[in-house]
Amino acid sequence: MGKIFTTLLIFSLFTGFLAFLLTLAKKTIGNYGTMKVTINEEKEIEMEGGDTLLSGLTEEKIFIPSACGGKGSCGYCKVTVQSGGGEILPTELGYITPEERERGIRLSCQVKVKEPIAISIPEELFLVKEFHPTVTAITDLTPNIKHLLFSFPEGEEITFKAGQYVQLRAPKYPGNSEEVFRAYSIASSPAEHQKLELIIGLVPDGICSTYVHKHLSIGDSVTITGPYGDFYYQDSNREILMVAAGTGMAPILSILHQMKAMDSPRKAAFYFGARHEEDLFFLEKMKEFESNLVSFEFIPSLSKPHNEADWTGQLGRVTTCLQRDLMDPCEREAYLCGSPRMIDSIVEVLIEKGIPEEYIYYDKFS
Amino acid sequence: MTFNPLVVFFAAIFTNNMIFSNFLGMCSFIAVSSDIKTSIGLGQAVTFVLAITAPINYLLYHYVLVPFGLEYLRYIVFIVSIAAFVQLVEMIVERSFPSLHQSLGIFLPLITVNCAILGVSLFMTIRNYNLITSTLYGLGSGLGWMLAIVALAGIKKRMKMSAVPEGLQGSGITLIITGIMALAFIGFSGIVQIS
Repeated sequence: MGKIFTTLLIFSLFTGFLAFLLTLAKKTIGNYGTMKVTINEEKEIEMEGGDTLLSGLTEEKIFIPSACGGKGSCGYCKVTVQSGGGEILPTELGYITPEERERGIRLSCQVKVKEPIAISIPEELFLVKEFHPTVTAITDLTPNIKHLLFSFPEGEEITFKAGQYVQLRAPKYPGNSEEVFRAYSIASSPAEHQKLELIIGLVPDGICSTYVHKHLSIGDSVTITGPYGDFYYQDSNREILMVAAGTGMAPILSILHQMKAMDSPRKAAFYFGARHEEDLFFLEKMKEFESNLVSFEFIPSLSKPHNEADWTGQLGRVTTCLQRDLMDPCEREAYLCGSPRMIDSIVEVLIEKGIPEEYIYYDKFS
Repeated sequence: MTFNPLVVFFAAIFTNNMIFSNFLGMCSFIAVSSDIKTSIGLGQAVTFVLAITAPINYLLYHYVLVPFGLEYLRYIVFIVSIAAFVQLVEMIVERSFPSLHQSLGIFLPLITVNCAILGVSLFMTIRNYNLITSTLYGLGSGLGWMLAIVALAGIKKRMKMSAVPEGLQGSGITLIITGIMALAFIGFSGIVQIS
């Protein structure tokens, strides 16, 4: 009995002493106090020292785009650090180009606030808010693409430019143990402030798209942040050329809604690429736009139609159609949405056809 | 039997190297050896933890456990004291060397379960070293471990430019290299007796 008592006593004293020592260390070595963060030389906020810049800013309701949730694996959360923040870390090097490094760009999820820091972020990011809309409709557009309609609760209103995107949060669900954010372009009209439409394709093993396709149902509440992105409709008199494939139709739809709302007289053509007949969607909607807009043409193109004889639209890849159609020299601007590979090949064609690079706007879906 | 502390110190680095003659501490040895700078950092951290935990565990063992007849508690006591000091080292490294902290990543806390560190504490009690010998043994083992990982990192850097057969790339060739390095080190074993 005595032996058990001494054993317990000695061991408790020993571990208690170590716990005391570590707590003391945490209070001294591990304590950075609160730190001042200056944003764009005007706004000053206080942050818990030792936290990452990203989580500190999120706490202050300033939402920097981030898809991985601060693990340093997406490279989206770039901010310009003007002073403080220490040396660039090895975990950031893969995402920061040498030229960005010169300008002081860092990944905000890797920068720990251990001294007063001054940063600059684009003004638009102050407009980014967190919303909690409810799913009101889910429709299958193709076997792999769903169309989602959200409506915002009382008091929440989103203001965005046609072409911008939001980030949708995928929570933990059976089979997924981490919370992630994924970017989806807004498909609805910027005139709608309490409704939002997204077009979401199923990505094999994709965390968020699996959540949307398999787990999300009508009536569920979701968390989104936005709007983000520098891909949006530009006002000019140039002829509009739009190219998209698959879910890339989303921002184009938003742009078309905007043009309709403005009653824009601009000439526009929309090339939509797909593989088979069942990959096409919203054909009715496109017909409506064709009759409602002053001068708009929808040009779907199939690369591998099941039934070539019955297919009346374009045949082959979008790039081939563009090669053929863009013969006349005229002032154009282009909006491209799709996979990075597709966009790279289209940009090549467009430059060859004489569209200046600064008038080619694109959003790479990856 | 008593040993000359200096002999034990040098033996721990060369002839009785933790990695090459005891094969202890292999996981971080293989995983963190792709960059020389990082491996020097981890080597320093291991050396620091070893040099501190060896005398502390010595004192704990001989002045707390032995008097109360609690020698059988040594595993749990050693592991807990090692864990506490690793935690302390992590706080210091994070505060003072953020870049090193990032590149070591998960391997810094993993020093807690680095077998080389528990190995040193156990060997010194089994071999009945005194306090000075134990401390030098800990320091020497750490330096030996650092020597091994830095040497491997240097070799791996050169290996990047060689055509390694596909099936052997990565840890396969690393284990073969380690084996060959161990052969070279084991050639010296037996020169001195430290146990």
